[in-house]
Amino acid sequence: MKQISTENGVDVSALMDYIPYAKFMGCQAEIKDGMVLTSLPFINQNVGNTSLPALHGGAIGSFLEITAVAQLLYTNGSAALPKTVSLTIDYLSSGKPETLYGRCLLTKKGRRVTTVRVETWQSDPNRLTASAHGNFLLKSAPK
Amino acid sequence: MATSPIEENIAKLRSLEMKSVPFADALGTQTLKVTKDYVLVKLPYAEHLVGNPETGVVHGGVMTAMLDNTCGIAVRTAVPLEIPIATLDLRIDYMRAAAPGETIFARASCYKVTRQIAFVRGVSFTDDEGDPIAHCTATFMLASNNRGQSEYAKQEGQS
Repeated sequence: MKQISTENGVDVSALMDYIPYAKFMGCQAEIKDGMVLTSLPFINQNVGNTSLPALHGGAIGSFLEITAVAQLLYTNGSAALPKTVSLTIDYLSSGKPETLYGRCLLTKKGRRVTTVRVETWQSDPNRLTASAHGNFLLKSAPK
Repeated sequence: MATSPIEENIAKLRSLEMKSVPFADALGTQTLKVTKDYVLVKLPYAEHLVGNPETGVVHGGVMTAMLDNTCGIAVRTAVPLEIPIATLDLRIDYMRAAAPGETIFARASCYKVTRQIAFVRGVSFTDDEGDPIAHCTATFMLASNNRGQSEYAKQEGQS
């Protein structure tokens, strides 16, 4: 994890390259207005239903989780990957063959568990593609 | 001899050269078993599935994807193939990580179908279903042009 920790905290863009599964999906991340903004450019590999075509529900679910982890690492400035306890995903509209964006809000940061809400959207941030809430166990940062 | 709609569905699923599901193929999932009670899917370990490159442990999102896929196939055994389905919600509870190198399995059962909703539960595990990696429950919406659906729901209740 040293490769993604910098003096300014966790490099979320490098994180997407560092995590093989995130790289496989084609996830990207940047900081915008002090928060992590993730994006998933459309590639045919991430499709579920080829007739529509629509993004695979599992790809969307994975993207939600990756978004949450990126935000948690960035907020904590810590290199220790949080452990997902549970994730509940609401699929609100079909994922179109366009870029998917994501952001994560920290609902409650406890000593051991952090509760988050994650949102994804495509062309209109007010029309969500999917949202989720999740609980993560955080390890304290190594000194 | 007349077969039930469920049996016809399963036969279609088994023999069907199913339109490929690109993401499932890219993950590497293989459908092992399709029955009226459950669906069993296998996912061999691979480098592109890893979440933590320091440990080689598979990413949690892989479980999400695999369970969503397996639950979808389970719904397909209970709902006529002509009726489009879409995941409504999916909850996953993670018990433990899969050890690096281990093949992962997922089993899902569609335990109830109504006119509009299908209810599914699933589990992912490596060699012991009693020591699961994750549990899930999911609901799926059935497309509204489902004239035959009430017939189907009745059939399910009888079996």
